[in-house]
Amino acid sequence: MHFNFIRYSKIYYIFSGLLALTAIFCLLIFRLNFGIDFSGGSILEVEFEKRPENSVIQEKLKNLNLGEIILQPAGDRGMIIRMKEVDETTHQKIISQLAEISKTEELQFESIGPAIGKELRQKTVILIIISLAALLCYIAIAFRKLTWPVSGFEYGVISIIALFFDVLITIGAISLLGKFGNVQFNIMIITALLTILGYTINDKVVVFDRVRENLLKTRGEDFTNLLNQSLNQIFIRSISTGTCALLVLFSIFFFGGETLKYFSLTLIIGIIVGTYSSLFLASPLLVNLKNRKGKRIGK
Amino acid sequence: MSKKKIFITLGIIILLAFLAVNLSYSGYFNLGVDFLNKKFSLNFPHFPEIPFKLGLDLQGGTRLVYEADLLNIEKKDYDFAMQGLRDVIERRVNLFGVQEPMVQTQEAGGVHRLAVELAGIKDPAEAIREIGKTPFLEFREPKENFEEILKKRQELVGKTEEEITQIENWQLALEEPFQSTSLNGRYLKKTEIGFHPTTNEPLVLLQFNDEGAKIFKELTAKWTGRPLAIYVDGILMSAPKVEEEISGGKAQISGRFTIEEAKELARNLNAGALPVPIKLISQKTIEPILGRISLEQSLKAGIFGFVSILIFMILFYRIPGIFASISLLIYVVFLLALFKLIPVTLTLAGIAGFLLSMGMAVDANILIFSRMREELGEKKGYLISLEEGFRRAWPSIRDGNFTTILVGLILFGFGTSFVKGFAFTLIIGNLVGMFAAIFITNNFLRCFAGTRLENWKWLWK
Repeated sequence: MHFNFIRYSKIYYIFSGLLALTAIFCLLIFRLNFGIDFSGGSILEVEFEKRPENSVIQEKLKNLNLGEIILQPAGDRGMIIRMKEVDETTHQKIISQLAEISKTEELQFESIGPAIGKELRQKTVILIIISLAALLCYIAIAFRKLTWPVSGFEYGVISIIALFFDVLITIGAISLLGKFGNVQFNIMIITALLTILGYTINDKVVVFDRVRENLLKTRGEDFTNLLNQSLNQIFIRSISTGTCALLVLFSIFFFGGETLKYFSLTLIIGIIVGTYSSLFLASPLLVNLKNRKGKRIGK
Repeated sequence: MSKKKIFITLGIIILLAFLAVNLSYSGYFNLGVDFLNKKFSLNFPHFPEIPFKLGLDLQGGTRLVYEADLLNIEKKDYDFAMQGLRDVIERRVNLFGVQEPMVQTQEAGGVHRLAVELAGIKDPAEAIREIGKTPFLEFREPKENFEEILKKRQELVGKTEEEITQIENWQLALEEPFQSTSLNGRYLKKTEIGFHPTTNEPLVLLQFNDEGAKIFKELTAKWTGRPLAIYVDGILMSAPKVEEEISGGKAQISGRFTIEEAKELARNLNAGALPVPIKLISQKTIEPILGRISLEQSLKAGIFGFVSILIFMILFYRIPGIFASISLLIYVVFLLALFKLIPVTLTLAGIAGFLLSMGMAVDANILIFSRMREELGEKKGYLISLEEGFRRAWPSIRDGNFTTILVGLILFGFGTSFVKGFAFTLIIGNLVGMFAAIFITNNFLRCFAGTRLENWKWLWK
């Protein structure tokens, strides 16, 4: 099988561009639905013997001064209740109020003060910067031997662009899910995003590794051809590697329970986008970059 | 490597795997031992049963974060105060009968916190109440302007609000006349209820430990003839006048309680008194039933994931796929055994990290096999293809695992238990995964070099 990947570069660019625009659009319109890890607040999950209407619960909790209460049914009889941060006394009051409606069993309760949320926000920003810097260093070292026709530094820049694309699309998807599925942007999602960075950078490195190897083997051959050849060699591997990770993630998504559901979904989206971007974004970009350089030198 | 060496290596791997299997789950082995012991009246020992350590999201429990108020403590004594706080809470928490409760001090941006994790506790709400009852006991000494404050207070007695505001410097009377000393709940050894010999009024008798006794002696020497105040939870209980220097570390709180109140205070003080006040700022509670459901669900997810990878690998890579599957199986039992040996506290996130690392561990095999297929496609011999495949795939395997481990290490910086659990199993998983691919799969495949099977190229391609 030989597929001319590079020939359809324009289609990938248009598709990638549209995807990126959609993601930005989603982020601007829907924003991120920050979870209590970041904003502070409380989450209570209970299971009713007979789940009442949302309005009944709202009515029952009205007098406790809980601010805005967001109700989200879970499973057959469960209900997730989000509200502002409450102390232990209020927590117990809520439980007894709910028990008046129908027999309830508390499943979990989490309350996070605003100070901790603020601290986590700062930490997140710092750690994302550290991660990106570390990965950049890594790429620079991994590709330091390459000079022709694209320098190691440029491989690095392209990898980072592709990584940025992966994360942007994933965050866009989460913003969409946050709006329509009430998915919270919390520490788990951040963990998933950073894991995606670590995982998909690998995919790019493997593709570029192959390019590097072929370059060293056949110096002077047409770069576009060489890249096409590399992509064809690597294609099956990329797909099967992605598939294995996805098989695991899908089984977590379907069977792993509520807590890990959106964590695994984030990873699923990220890995699909990452695999796509290494094959269809990073590689064509490499050719374009090289061609532009060629023109400039007047080759 | 010679054939013999390969077989020895494989033998060792299989032996280790056997040990690891039994370490992960010793049920079947021990059943077998029982059977043999009974049949031949032997006395073989059982394989030790080490349980997995489960985090609070898998067995239920509560995690509480308290903020310590160090306002009255000097900066250089912060660490000391926090340690005292931890000891007191630890003592209190030990009464709950939880296996391995965890009490940790944390510092972030100048704020000092105490994190308490009680995995497997039956009634978290009760625990929170109990910890909340821990009294904050403190001895306070008169301030420099103690006399002036008292005098001002005297002056104001019996006057109306309007008259008071006429008096010069009346605000002074509102000031707290006492200030904190270093003598507090952390030095308390024992508390008892007693009765005043003449008035027969109930008393709470305090006995300090040696260190506390020393501080108390110094304080009483310094303040002979003047009052020392005893505060519980920031409320003045009594301020007796010091008659003489007291050695031996005995003090008493008198006045204003009924027998019941005195009893309760003594009981609470006995279970530990705080050196500084604390406030609950964050909690996470998971009921045991939810933990059990989570555990079942994640196990199910793991089994489905594992089986689907095996099917995929065998369909896609045939014989090498079978070896990769065996290698993956060994990888899984090694990891499970490691989790028990280290021991790693398994959380939901940790299991997710473990499963994801399983997906990544296969990646190393895929890289190798893809390469091997290519080399075979170029009509190279079996062993050469195998060796080339390994050699060429190695940089990619190394780089890929390295970047993931790098991110895993950075994730540790979050300090949140969810993230840590995930990062830790992911890192261990990646390390063992590399080992499994390079060492186990490689040696399995080498077994076939020079056999008739290697000629059936379609099996390998």
